[in-house]
Amino acid sequence: MKFLAYLVSGISLGSIYAIIALGYTMVYGIAKMLNFAHGDVIMVGGYISFLAATNLGLPALLSVLVAMAFCTVLGILIEGLAYRPLRSAPSLAVLITAIGVSYFLQNAALLIFGANPKAYTPVVSGTLKLFGGQLSISYVSLVTVVCCIVIMLALTAFTGKTRMGKAMRACSEDKGAAQLMGINVNRTISLTFAIGSALAAVAGALLCSFSPTLMPTTGSMPGIKAFTAAVFGGIGSIPGAFIGGILLGVIEALSRAYISTQLSNSIVFAVLIIILLVRPAGLMGKRTQEKV
Amino acid sequence: MNMKRYFKDARADLLTYAGVIIAFLVISAMKGNGMLNRSQTGLLVPICCYIVMAVSLNLTVGILGDLSLGHAGFMSVGAFSGVITAMGLMNVIPSAPMRLALAMVVGALCAAIVGFLVGIPVLRLNGDYLAIVTLAFGEIIKELITCLIVGVDSKGLHVIFNVNGSKTANDLTLLDGGRIIIKGAQGATGTKTIATFTAGFILIMITLVIVQNLVRSRHGRAIMAVRDNRIAADSVGIPVTKYKMMAFVTSASLAGAAGALFGLNYSNLAAAKFDFNTSILVLVFVVLGGLGNIWGSIIATVILYILPEALRGFSTYRMLIYAIVLIVVMLTTNNPILKNYFASLRSKFGKNSEKEASAS
Repeated sequence: MKFLAYLVSGISLGSIYAIIALGYTMVYGIAKMLNFAHGDVIMVGGYISFLAATNLGLPALLSVLVAMAFCTVLGILIEGLAYRPLRSAPSLAVLITAIGVSYFLQNAALLIFGANPKAYTPVVSGTLKLFGGQLSISYVSLVTVVCCIVIMLALTAFTGKTRMGKAMRACSEDKGAAQLMGINVNRTISLTFAIGSALAAVAGALLCSFSPTLMPTTGSMPGIKAFTAAVFGGIGSIPGAFIGGILLGVIEALSRAYISTQLSNSIVFAVLIIILLVRPAGLMGKRTQEKV
Repeated sequence: MNMKRYFKDARADLLTYAGVIIAFLVISAMKGNGMLNRSQTGLLVPICCYIVMAVSLNLTVGILGDLSLGHAGFMSVGAFSGVITAMGLMNVIPSAPMRLALAMVVGALCAAIVGFLVGIPVLRLNGDYLAIVTLAFGEIIKELITCLIVGVDSKGLHVIFNVNGSKTANDLTLLDGGRIIIKGAQGATGTKTIATFTAGFILIMITLVIVQNLVRSRHGRAIMAVRDNRIAADSVGIPVTKYKMMAFVTSASLAGAAGALFGLNYSNLAAAKFDFNTSILVLVFVVLGGLGNIWGSIIATVILYILPEALRGFSTYRMLIYAIVLIVVMLTTNNPILKNYFASLRSKFGKNSEKEASAS
């Protein structure tokens, strides 16, 4: 029964990673850049929903929607101001700019909200008791898992069926060719950032409900881990990010429970390294042949 | 290789050495005359360490062309092995400079070994996958060192690996007169600070000799060939893995030596100091200084390390300003429109433009 409890907490933690990783993987797939600021957009999402809930007294669901709207605008702004001018620049330059944006968001949050952790009120409260109270699952966990699955299915349908989704896939294959086919590449990339940032806001609210302390650095470690999850599942692949996130969460929760609390991150990263050695493109990634 | 280019490269190398020596002499003179205050002299050794870090990372990122996000891990290995060496041999070798030198050598060796072990899986990958695996290794090294408890007494070194957080320094069962060197998550405590600015200068010079000679040698050209086109290099018979490993291990060992110096500059140092952010900090120095440009790395390190300190007047806004400077510099140096604008400005100044273009 204890094992089940650990497994459930692992799956719900993994669902949060998966939601972040979905945003990461879409941005990476289309813009081919490591968006280090993604983790900090999560943090911003957390703060906005916190403010909306406590200062404006909005209900939880509405506060998350406000955070999503804010982060969508933020994502589009970041892309337009910082990344778009560097479209043709070497990837390292873009990476450093992303790091700059990440520092900027963290320090702006530090100035506005202060360094003291804020106590976040979970989006939903209460627990579900099963097996005569032996196994308790918080409603937050259930909501997280459901959210994650819905988002994953919606994104798969969106990229597979709609015109904008097809444009996205075309851009990720070949930007030049996509432009020749009459696709507005810049607008498509903006849209991807908008979706990614909105997902980050959802992840922020869920992450803070899961571990209710909110600081300017809250987003950075989950951001890195979610990126690991995206690589784990094969970067650019939507089901890959989902599976990678869940697996990562489960491995983390189980190794924390059974092996060592201090080394749980190390174990997660070690598994990543082994996976990449066996399957260099990740679990669901397509292996591309190098052309000479 | 044509002779003109050879002399140009040699001149650039000599200018780099000369620049570092002059800077050292000037700063030493200023220090001797009491022109620097305490907080300024406190920056000298860390700046030396970060210069060595940046130059060595430039070898991996700029010359070899592989993005490494875990450079601080090697620094950490060097720092803690160096601290253990220096503190463990306190009674055997009384001379502090000797201990410092030995600590740096041990730090470099340990980091080289770790670099080799990490290199075996890492160098099989490419691009962003390689970057994320180096990041992972950096975090793993950090957490492993966090679990380490080390002490020394008359019987020798005692080491405990604290996997589940249940052990403390008391479990070392040290004899009377024993010293605890590393206390798990607290890191190295009570270290005798024997690092000096002169040692930092010597380390920079050694690093420059190693890196610049490597780059200008046959091996260096092979490494750059691997960077420019791995498949082409492979097909003309350059052993890609060997050269990648050579650059990677050299870079790791120099970072280890810098780490040893860094570790012996602080009486308390936690493993958490060498996290992902430190790796990124050094990467920022390298990229802003110019990939593959050694002198650029040195200048960028000095400016960017001093900048947050110089902005202390703005205290709360300083990191925000730092972030904005970072973004603006990247945008102005890499945006095609702005780049063309600067190029047209330069061509107006005639002769100057030729010099600038060849330098970049």
